Amino acid sequence: MSADTLQRTPLHDLHLELGAKMVAFAGYAMPVNYPGGIIAEHRQCRESAALFDVSHMGQLRLVGDDAGAALETLVPVDVVDLAVGKQRYALFTNSAGGILDDLMIARRPKDLWVVVNAACKVADTQHLMTHIGHRCQVVPMPERALLALQGQKAVRALARLADGVSRLTFMTGASFELAGAECFVTRSGYTGEDGFEISVPAEAAVALAKLLLAQPEVKPAGLGARDTLRLEAGLCLYGHDIDVNTTPIEAGLSWAIQKVRRPGGARAGHYPGADPIAAQFATGVAVKRVGLQGLERIPVREGSVLVDAHGHKLGRVTSGTLAPTVNQPIAMAYLAVNHAIANHEVYAEVRGKRQPMRVTALPFVPPGYVR
Amino acid sequence: MTTMFTADHEWINIEDHEAAVVGITLHAQDALGDVVFVDLPQVGKTYKKGDVVGVIESVKAAADMYMPVEGEVVEVNEALRSDPSLANSDPMGNGWVFKVHVTHMQQFDQLLDPPGYDALLKSL
Repeated sequence: MSADTLQRTPLHDLHLELGAKMVAFAGYAMPVNYPGGIIAEHRQCRESAALFDVSHMGQLRLVGDDAGAALETLVPVDVVDLAVGKQRYALFTNSAGGILDDLMIARRPKDLWVVVNAACKVADTQHLMTHIGHRCQVVPMPERALLALQGQKAVRALARLADGVSRLTFMTGASFELAGAECFVTRSGYTGEDGFEISVPAEAAVALAKLLLAQPEVKPAGLGARDTLRLEAGLCLYGHDIDVNTTPIEAGLSWAIQKVRRPGGARAGHYPGADPIAAQFATGVAVKRVGLQGLERIPVREGSVLVDAHGHKLGRVTSGTLAPTVNQPIAMAYLAVNHAIANHEVYAEVRGKRQPMRVTALPFVPPGYVR
Repeated sequence: MTTMFTADHEWINIEDHEAAVVGITLHAQDALGDVVFVDLPQVGKTYKKGDVVGVIESVKAAADMYMPVEGEVVEVNEALRSDPSLANSDPMGNGWVFKVHVTHMQQFDQLLDPPGYDALLKSL
């Protein structure tokens, strides 16, 4: 796709002013990094606070008394009991139990606010309209930008603009006035750090971003650092670590399926793929998502085949890099369950050589969430 | 002292006939971003022009290094093992990758000279 057919976020000109290197991502021109580079931006987020433009992601509102029950027909997640002001991670599944997308759902006083992946947003919107459009209003929100302010000092910076944000805890949200605009702020993110995601009217996004960047704790960070941060935090990237060929159970995301929706629960099943997923709850899975840490310095990347000492194939790497905070190669992979045991050693094939890696508990870095 | 360039964004500098020094260009390190690992060639091995001799890995990507001319690798930059970021901070100097004993000087002469490489960069 050529540069002029790419969509732009409301912060596009600001990214250029800040010297960002722009890349095509999910049909958008997005900053992969600024002049400081990915490692510096990664450290900025772990040690202080970093501002990410995630406006390419899809925001939608589901409006109507039946919206929660309707959404439960598409996700294996408890939406009905989600209290006002609470946010929850969810998955759209298909009839085989595969994952169509992962998403965040927050219950606001008058609607459910949903954030989906950029690459999936057109399909997700269609999916919602087709299956539950008759039970609630499905309202895309292209008029909104989304900023993620992440890092242990994010709260200090954002509280200077609206002190009420410090009363939010992890996975809760509320409306605040920021830079003169009405914003919906959740204490959440995808870096493993404390932080906030801010849904802001597009026309106020630049002013808010500049105000946040003017805080001494904050510097901009791009998609490159976002990727290394989420990988260290053990968080899945859709299209890589999870997709239509992986189920929530194989992906180690059964925690996202609350008891009430599991076999035996009061609202068990009644979502796409409920039967195959129930069967996996009962009898287990053949492959499982695991963390791997490299014992050598060579980065092991997506697509590397994992083998045992005899060269028998055990699985495949779905994400991997040399992790800036861990300072070792780390990866996520699907591995045969009999090898998916902590400290078990496997080999990743990289350019014809076998690199030893050790199965490691996820996340690779302790999370900084404020609960 | 003459420095020539390849279309794969490598430089080669003939200091003397014993060993030419090879590295990646400023443009290459900028395009790659933070270099975190360099897979160095094998000392004592002779490679043909165009052979993959090494790999430069950044946080985001891995890029092959190609042999700019035929020759025997006589030395590698051991400093890159402990500090791969030298390839970013000083790609044309302390971030050099390997030294090669050039087999055919004609192959060196056929590479891009500095104005030729500048023209290539402008066309990107």
